[in-house]
Amino acid sequence: MTNPEGRFGIHGGQYIPETLMNAVIELEEAYNRYKNDPEFNKELTGLFNNYAGRPSLLYYADKMTKDLGGAKVYLKREDLNHTGSHKINNVLGQALLAKKMGKTRLIAETGAGQHGVATATAAALLGMECVVFMGEEDTKRQALNVYRMRLLGADVIPVKTGTATLKDAVSEAMREWTSRITDTHYCLGSVMGPHPFPTIVRDFQAVISREIKQQMMEAEGRLPDVVMACCGGGSNAIGSFYHFIEDKSVRLIGCEAAGRGIDTFETAATINTGRLGIFHGMKSYFCQDEFGQIAPVYSISAGLDYPGIGPEHAHLHDIGRAEYVPVTDDEAVNAFEYLSRTEGIIPAIESAHAVAHALKIVPGMPKDKTVVITISGRGDKDCAAIARYRGEDINE
Amino acid sequence: MSNISKAFENGKAFIPFITCGDPDLETTARVVKEAVRAGADLIELGIPFSDPTAEGPVIQAASERALKAGTTTDKIFEMVAELRREVAIPLTFMTYANVVFSYGADRFMSRCSEVGIDGLVLPDIPFEEKEEFLPFAKKYGIDLVSLIAPTSEDRISMIAEEAEGYIYIVSSLGVTGVRNKITTDIASLTSKVKEASHVPCAIGFGISTPEQAKNMAQYADGVIVGSAIVKIIAEYGKDAPSHVYEYVKSMKDAIR
Repeated sequence: MTNPEGRFGIHGGQYIPETLMNAVIELEEAYNRYKNDPEFNKELTGLFNNYAGRPSLLYYADKMTKDLGGAKVYLKREDLNHTGSHKINNVLGQALLAKKMGKTRLIAETGAGQHGVATATAAALLGMECVVFMGEEDTKRQALNVYRMRLLGADVIPVKTGTATLKDAVSEAMREWTSRITDTHYCLGSVMGPHPFPTIVRDFQAVISREIKQQMMEAEGRLPDVVMACCGGGSNAIGSFYHFIEDKSVRLIGCEAAGRGIDTFETAATINTGRLGIFHGMKSYFCQDEFGQIAPVYSISAGLDYPGIGPEHAHLHDIGRAEYVPVTDDEAVNAFEYLSRTEGIIPAIESAHAVAHALKIVPGMPKDKTVVITISGRGDKDCAAIARYRGEDINE
Repeated sequence: MSNISKAFENGKAFIPFITCGDPDLETTARVVKEAVRAGADLIELGIPFSDPTAEGPVIQAASERALKAGTTTDKIFEMVAELRREVAIPLTFMTYANVVFSYGADRFMSRCSEVGIDGLVLPDIPFEEKEEFLPFAKKYGIDLVSLIAPTSEDRISMIAEEAEGYIYIVSSLGVTGVRNKITTDIASLTSKVKEASHVPCAIGFGISTPEQAKNMAQYADGVIVGSAIVKIIAEYGKDAPSHVYEYVKSMKDAIR
């Protein structure tokens, strides 16, 4: 029997160096102590509502619905949160927890920079030190977010190893954590890594589906038929799915970054092209070669450019409860432009992957059905890169 | 008693770590033979992994070079089989969980036993996850080496009691790599380990000079050196074997 701790079916676990074991055990104990503590939850809800701007809107996209001529489309507007994405939900929870644990320093990895910005923000608010690891490639793709993090008082360390993207930033943050544990909390940004991170991050992000459920009951008097979200590591997706997992009538769709296509090597669609493995502290699906070397994945979206997926998603895939579909760069860029023009909402290129899949399935659905798309973040950070993709060079 | 115990029969053991395939497997084989001739008691052969999260920059770079040169798990098994015609000292593999998992744990351990590998060090498999591979390791008589860190504290006796082969004591927090100074209270760490364990213990992480090795050898049964040797190989490439010989000899002499 393998370790039953933090398993989702066969996935999850704690595949980390011995040096970190007591740190994750301490974290789990602290989390179990505070998660049902009324005082902690009051404080966190206070931060959610009065600082991050929750609850986020569930917006009925009337023009898009009419244009597509199928199911009614609702957008869950996580892009309207303070710092511009869903990442703040998890970060406020973890930063508050770390503070209660007596930690004075937060470290984090970031891909698109959204999680780094959120962590730097929480650190500024709670008076903590902050160091963010970011792949050098991503610091170029997302230069504006690098500046935002520095403005917020964080140190941003460009990671030059490997493919110089998100997976390397995670590896470097893990290395940093093994060298400095006593005063430092690793504020992991997605539902991945060793137990208890996938559970903690999911619980803090589950506020998304809790709100969707309530807001749909108010708007439509019933549950949605489809909930969809983009999925890299999978934190906004699990947050959007979580309170619907037991509601079997609700179809759950995670949209993976297919990059230049799942039949090419330039892809990051883990469920569609990966296989079972052990990496970054967890058993799950990973893009890898025949000898288990992790593949250098690719997506236009720095936030989805990761060779693995959270263990709970791997399990939801195994049991057939959620579907994971590939969306290419081209489709995502088209959806990025479509939502901007149709609804006046510029989505993050990550979120545009979910919009792109909606453009494929919504027209074929009956008009009395409803689809909720989580817009995990706003797209300001992506404008320069998308302009470049379209052959236009603009100054940021 | 496993074959590994032989490594601790000639005074304090000197254990070099070598990344297989850097700069190529032919050089690795020559480096191993020179290290043995210079007095190495056991050699840890690193199977390179694309994302070695417990390694510092030196071994990360060596792993990257080895993979770029086309090194694969299968080719390393072939190299070891070939080496075994001349090399009698115990050999272990050091790699990451996914390399073994992806190969298939049963198939991996079976190949280890065929080619003459005695043990396996997996830095991303803590005590809680060792059942992932232990049944297969036992089936083929491969020792799964346990690591104990300065942060292990209340976990030491649990890990040490079930340890096989040798215990790898991690001298410092952080990743592998040369350190000017080791600040952990090694005397107290090793004495806690020895109280609970029935196998020898060797200290690694950060050791590079004969003085450091001698100092560490007061407390432990052996000393493990990785980055310092990998650095020599990075510097001299195909000409590294003779330089590794000199280095290993100086280290073994210091702890003899």
